Amino acid sequence: MTATGVTKEFNRRTIFRDVSISLSQGESLAITGRNGSGKSTLVKVVAGLLSATRGKVEYAVDGKPLEIENLRYHIGLVSPYLQLYDEFSGSENLELLSKIRSDVGIDSGRIQQVLETVGLWERRSDYVRTYSSGMKQRLKYAFAVLHRPSLLILDEPTSNLDHDGIAMVKKVVDEQKKQGVLIVATNDADEAGWCSANIELGKH
Amino acid sequence: MSQFSGTYALIRKDIHSELRTRYALNALLMFVVTAVATILFALRSDQPTSSVLSGLYWVVVFFTAMSGLSRTFVSEEERGTTMTLQLVASPSTVYFAKLLFNTVLTFSMTIAVTILYMTVFSNAFVIKTFSIFAGTVVLGSLGFASASTIIAAIVAKANTRGTLYPVLSFPILIVLLMTVMNATTKALDGEEFTSALPDFQILVGYFLAMTGGSYLLFEYVWKD
Repeated sequence: MTATGVTKEFNRRTIFRDVSISLSQGESLAITGRNGSGKSTLVKVVAGLLSATRGKVEYAVDGKPLEIENLRYHIGLVSPYLQLYDEFSGSENLELLSKIRSDVGIDSGRIQQVLETVGLWERRSDYVRTYSSGMKQRLKYAFAVLHRPSLLILDEPTSNLDHDGIAMVKKVVDEQKKQGVLIVATNDADEAGWCSANIELGKH
Repeated sequence: MSQFSGTYALIRKDIHSELRTRYALNALLMFVVTAVATILFALRSDQPTSSVLSGLYWVVVFFTAMSGLSRTFVSEEERGTTMTLQLVASPSTVYFAKLLFNTVLTFSMTIAVTILYMTVFSNAFVIKTFSIFAGTVVLGSLGFASASTIIAAIVAKANTRGTLYPVLSFPILIVLLMTVMNATTKALDGEEFTSALPDFQILVGYFLAMTGGSYLLFEYVWKD
């Protein structure tokens, strides 16, 4: 993933200016900065959910440039502003979203595997509206890693999680660092320490 | 291939979601019943002309559509699931899935209004040329769904969703409304099928232009 000279402005207000990032397989980056410095906005730009005002973000898999249309097969995101469907159960959410994305090779066995990883297998048939905020956060992890993404982005990765949940996140992070690229947006020094590099927004 | 399977999966998700939450269905049904009952009380024993009846018929369809069709996008925005959809589906997948879902909803609503109208106004609302009426309902529903879908996508991003939807929709739908009212009057008056062909040409052109324009515009509305 390569971001070159990325600037984002909302109504003439500059959120961040001229950010450049280059990450390859096995590398990880922490995005830090005070509240309102634009961490979540930068995450959205990198995830292809927002367009940059200036600059460009490019992706490549196995050395081949990746079209933005196909980015969804290679990216996983956990974030406070990402919500799953309350009227469906945990396993239904994963199944539906995987089908909408037209994932290949995601079967009930894989869904069971990720739900067990995040500790929600026992509650897989309950509606998400009955989940606690911590359980919803765990389900977001199951959704993010279901399709084994090359790029995993975690925005405020341990919010609402208990000790077991944080251990689960650490396991997911370690796994991702072995097989792909990891980006963590956080204010927590411990979470920033999971990554090999750091970029601080809003310093000037 | 993934485009079709993704679109199909999203329509299935929307139908299951609608059956469980009744976000749009209850609003549409309640509005149809209330509007038809109000017209019935207003007309009492009067014998309205076919042009008045067809006008009132499409007024009910218009305002019912305004009360429910925006839910397809507004409910995603209100529940915070818009970004989840953006993450898993291409803009064209979302557009066609929402368009087809709104088409099914509009068509069901038009059938419900027709049945209720024929029951309540059994003496006055008599369809003499069924082929004109069927063509008008099918093409009119397609046009309504197409315009409503893109307007709903725009309105979902705004703060004043409730008032903005009918205000934005009216000037866009006025051509469609005038044409379907005209064609319905011909069906009630028992005119030949060929007399409605110019109306059908307008309706087909409206649907194609609206759908093509919406498809090109949708990515910009959906993303930022």
